Amino acid sequence: MIRSHWALAGAAAVSILASSPLWAEQAGMVKVSKGAVSIEREGRKLAAGVGTPVQVADRVRTGPDGSVGVTLRDNTLLSAGPNSLIVIDRFAYDSVTQEGKISVGVRKGTLAVASGRIAKRTPESVDFHTPTSILGVRGTEFVIEVEGDGDE
Amino acid sequence: MNKALLLGVAAVFLGACASERVVLLPSGDGAPGAVVVRDQAGEIRLDQPYAALKRTLDSNRVYQSSPQEVSERYGQALAVQPPRPSAYILHFESGGNVLTAESQAALEVIRKEVAERPASEVLVIGHTDRVGSADGNARLSLKRAELIRDVLVDSGVDAGKLETVGRGESDPLVPTADEVDEPRNRRVEINVR
Repeated sequence: MIRSHWALAGAAAVSILASSPLWAEQAGMVKVSKGAVSIEREGRKLAAGVGTPVQVADRVRTGPDGSVGVTLRDNTLLSAGPNSLIVIDRFAYDSVTQEGKISVGVRKGTLAVASGRIAKRTPESVDFHTPTSILGVRGTEFVIEVEGDGDE
Repeated sequence: MNKALLLGVAAVFLGACASERVVLLPSGDGAPGAVVVRDQAGEIRLDQPYAALKRTLDSNRVYQSSPQEVSERYGQALAVQPPRPSAYILHFESGGNVLTAESQAALEVIRKEVAERPASEVLVIGHTDRVGSADGNARLSLKRAELIRDVLVDSGVDAGKLETVGRGESDPLVPTADEVDEPRNRRVEINVR
């Protein structure tokens, strides 16, 4: 067929029928976890070992001896050093159309980022922010550091 | 939050605490990259490897960082970066759902990788060429993905790790005109992360 949006619409419809419910809210998964690492979700604090799902609105926290590596569903790699607080403010990814949105906050500590599919396709849909600035990504790898003791 | 208030909050934050820093790293695939840092005063673009920006209350200082500084400040974060996702492409014999011999062999490599990666997840993506209708191809591509998923499950991969999608004719490896029979586009892509 000539019009590709029909292909996308058809593929999207089929994928809704086929996909498992697991993907609805999941942003990523913990792949590496060292020392004290926790996820704060809806007021609860969960230990974040390898294999723990990461969801939208999760606050990922590392202790003085902690560090954590998370792969988001669009292949973005996030990894945080000790004494860090990282917040997954927004994440959406449609693995059929490859469209989505990412917004991740670094409240304190260090975060290394290797950007993924969404940044490649629609870089304007991806941002990382610190308490005082917003970073736009042009398909790339970088590190962010926020010194201080911001907790919220 | 209005702008003046935001500015005030930012000033209090940077006053109370020390600083922020961003360093652009060389990209893993060698492609040129950039980061644009925006604040209330404007924006600064970092587009060379190790270009860095240090922000404090009253200054934005751009400087050239180094692998040494990155390793000192960010070594612990970089040490736990998850393994890079890998991608495989499986091809089918024409006119059916039988894998080529080469692709059959690749399946074993994939199975092993899925078993060895920590908390591995697998996205199985079916594709078609442009022969036939787009809707029909969307369905066919999903069938191909499901076929490969079943092969992986039969070979011992945990079904819970697998997600299947069909992209139909919408994401060709080799772009063609409509109705062109292109074997390279009849494929299943496997992304292991």
